[in-house]
Amino acid sequence: MNFEQNFTSFHLDILKEVGNIGAGNAATAMSQLLNKPIEMKVPSVKIVNFEEITELVGGPETVVSSVFLRIEGDAPGSMFFMLPVKQAKRLSRDLIGEELAARSEHAFSELAISALQEAGNIIAGSYLSSLADFTKLNVEPSPPALSIDMAGAILSFGLLELSRAGDHAIVINTTFIDQSEHLAHEIQGYFFLLPDPDSFKKIFQALGVPLDE
Amino acid sequence: MNIAKAPQLIRTTGLGSCVGVVLFDERKQISGMAHVMLPNSELTRVKPINKAKYADTAIPLLLENLIKWGAGAHEVKAKIAGGSQMFQFAGGNEMMRVGPRNVEAVKKELDRLHIRLVAEDTGGNKGRTIEFNPQTAELSIKTIDMGIYVI
Repeated sequence: MNFEQNFTSFHLDILKEVGNIGAGNAATAMSQLLNKPIEMKVPSVKIVNFEEITELVGGPETVVSSVFLRIEGDAPGSMFFMLPVKQAKRLSRDLIGEELAARSEHAFSELAISALQEAGNIIAGSYLSSLADFTKLNVEPSPPALSIDMAGAILSFGLLELSRAGDHAIVINTTFIDQSEHLAHEIQGYFFLLPDPDSFKKIFQALGVPLDE
Repeated sequence: MNIAKAPQLIRTTGLGSCVGVVLFDERKQISGMAHVMLPNSELTRVKPINKAKYADTAIPLLLENLIKWGAGAHEVKAKIAGGSQMFQFAGGNEMMRVGPRNVEAVKKELDRLHIRLVAEDTGGNKGRTIEFNPQTAELSIKTIDMGIYVI
């Protein structure tokens, strides 16, 4: 699929709305989980080539904690919830306490890892269920998997399906901010929704704005 | 896909399930690197295909370019790194195993082209940044847990 030819700015706006609804629910879930206010920024929707995608989180070598879910059902795709490693540390401390979370600079304790995985699961799950409600499509998440590593190495995995159909991805990206902290300590999380090539057609059809072919 | 002559270095960042394939002529100090994303060009759904992405198309193309730049056809050797499985799933479909499949496909292609594989750092579940120096034929590999090592 050639995204640039088939997509109008109207279609991109609709995807932005999908991101808005999904991330809004996810922010609520996160805020309940942490028992503090979490705000989200207006999502951005971009058509980017594969090299550009990691720039959104600070470059291919930026170490991030990422929960990955494969979306299965009517509109398959990949979803990542990423936190820069420092912020993942903060989140794991918030969830299970200082001592249980601590280990070394990059390494996380077993318990911290499962806490992050579960938090990612709840947050991504609420994003996805609002997407399902909004589109009336049957979409279900695979069990979550967690990896703490270079952003480039992690994201390329989610691009595999797309890479069979081209060299570009549509990225629906939302940033979260923990408003209860000082600016320097804010938790910033990134959501990446990467529908497979054929899923765009289904998403737009479900929303009543089919793509011109 | 890039070609470098000494003293230039050649580098690719954040390899996950992808495989970085370095072909080099040590005597002439010329090297090239391909970034293999998928094992086989038959997986593509669009034409024309981007030859740089698939093991079976990227490696012959890289070899051809290297020879154009002056490498001796029988002098070229290979070092490879990457092919991780970044996420562990219970069960898991074939696409999840793409890292190991990329490594297999790269080796098969090197074999077919009679290119000797002299060193590799493949598999596992870690991302890698790799850098090749055509002058010393050293491939340095950086991971977040183990720092930098050379093969």
